[in-house]
Amino acid sequence: MKPVDIQDMSIKFGALTVLPEVSFHVEAGECFGLVGESGSGKSTILRCASLLLDQWRGTVKIGGVSVRDMNPAERCRTLQMVFQDPYGSLHPRHSVRTVLSEPLKIHKFSDHTNRMEQALIDVGLPVSFLDRYPHQLSGGQRQRVAIARALIVEPDVLFLDEPTSALDVSVQAEIINLLVRLRTEKNFTYIMVSHDLAVIDHMCDRFAVMKTGKIVEILPREAIVGNQATHPYARELIAASLTYENAL
Amino acid sequence: MSDPILTVEDLSVRYGGSPSPAVNNVSFTLGRERLGIVGESGSGKSTIGRALMRLLPTADITATTARFEEVDLLGATEREMLKVRGARMSMILQDPKFSLNPIRRCGDQVAEAYRKHFSCSRSEAKSKSIQMLEAVQIRDASRVYSLYPHQVSGGMGQRIMIAMMLQTNPDLVIADEPTSALDVTVRLQVLKILNDLVAERGIGLIMISHDLNLVRNFCDRVLIMYAGRVVETLKASQLDQAQHPYTRGLLAAQPRIGGSRAPLSVLDRDPKWLEETQA
Repeated sequence: MKPVDIQDMSIKFGALTVLPEVSFHVEAGECFGLVGESGSGKSTILRCASLLLDQWRGTVKIGGVSVRDMNPAERCRTLQMVFQDPYGSLHPRHSVRTVLSEPLKIHKFSDHTNRMEQALIDVGLPVSFLDRYPHQLSGGQRQRVAIARALIVEPDVLFLDEPTSALDVSVQAEIINLLVRLRTEKNFTYIMVSHDLAVIDHMCDRFAVMKTGKIVEILPREAIVGNQATHPYARELIAASLTYENAL
Repeated sequence: MSDPILTVEDLSVRYGGSPSPAVNNVSFTLGRERLGIVGESGSGKSTIGRALMRLLPTADITATTARFEEVDLLGATEREMLKVRGARMSMILQDPKFSLNPIRRCGDQVAEAYRKHFSCSRSEAKSKSIQMLEAVQIRDASRVYSLYPHQVSGGMGQRIMIAMMLQTNPDLVIADEPTSALDVTVRLQVLKILNDLVAERGIGLIMISHDLNLVRNFCDRVLIMYAGRVVETLKASQLDQAQHPYTRGLLAAQPRIGGSRAPLSVLDRDPKWLEETQA
């Protein structure tokens, strides 16, 4: 379990300032949510913190060590990311075995077969799926493979970028249950981007509401019911979600 | 529900080369009301909409009846369909990014849709279109008229699509996931606009969606589809009292704000659901 600390992260794409200055702290073992409208910079935070984008300023520390000071292998062993669209994030011509064995080779793990089998068991897929290709899997199964790929290097922190928004409700429930179970079993710290407050409420302890690159308010999960937000935009967002859901 | 706008009986659609039909013996009628069609991806809900609009030239479509007002949708020639499609029944598609022509001004596209069906001058079509853009609550409609699709936001793009589709005063609108590409805050606005216009003009609406909350709030009746069949038809207000295990499974799988954090119940698919048709 490692905490994540983000201080004064800022990034510009050309003339456009996407993140003016973002700071927040995620406790070890916490599940932290990022919500906001499209274009508000939620995914950009994850992409910066994982150094998929590196033209940013500020510091990101995981377990007290800056991500920039880690070498790439160490960084990848510390944090892993699960992307939104399981149809786009798996190579169509790589079998599940290839997908899972590649990180093992890169990080010089031993005992590949056992680790691959264990990763599939962890995400609730049969071991025989190792020899399947993505087109032979359903959306939910693909997302499980993407999660297995992240798990297999035994990271401390998982970044989840809308992990269920491309999936049907019924499949979403399976993936959410899986993520909740894995967090308790493996003591992950999660940072999760989502536009669905119901999902945030189900999984996260705290969440940040973002608008045009700024965090307007950080709220505990309990603040959603009854809309205890103080910032007008956060109130609007929560109110819209509550109306939409026609809450029980 | 007097005098239905649309009557469909035993509609089946089979795509070329596919062994099993994508839609299997679906029957329903639609009056001046809002009908929701929900189901998972691949359950055939969009296929129904496209088949009714006759947008599937290569698929094999059969039905005992498919009547829209006095038009037999399956028997009509393409020439007759041209008069119906877009004028008397129209379809709002999912994502404005892909449905608007990127190299033409938004307003011209709205005006073109009108001019296709009503003979009038360009300037008349333009002023009509601006009025319609105002009706979907676009502020400064004459400015938006001359913008290109990449210059407008997703919510505005979707309102432009709605303007385009409602301008000809259709009797039936098929909305295929009209808001799933939009943010929650914008989604409500767009739905409200669509809902108000539909109510005001007495249009029959088919709302195709995978979102149970949406149909619960915005429809009168709901068809629930599974693997190409209608498994259950319910009043939207009585969705909680659904009988079919599939519907109940879908409802239970939905995380809720303020709900318990116990693991969500997972749908247990029963092969028997594929056998039974609606009683």
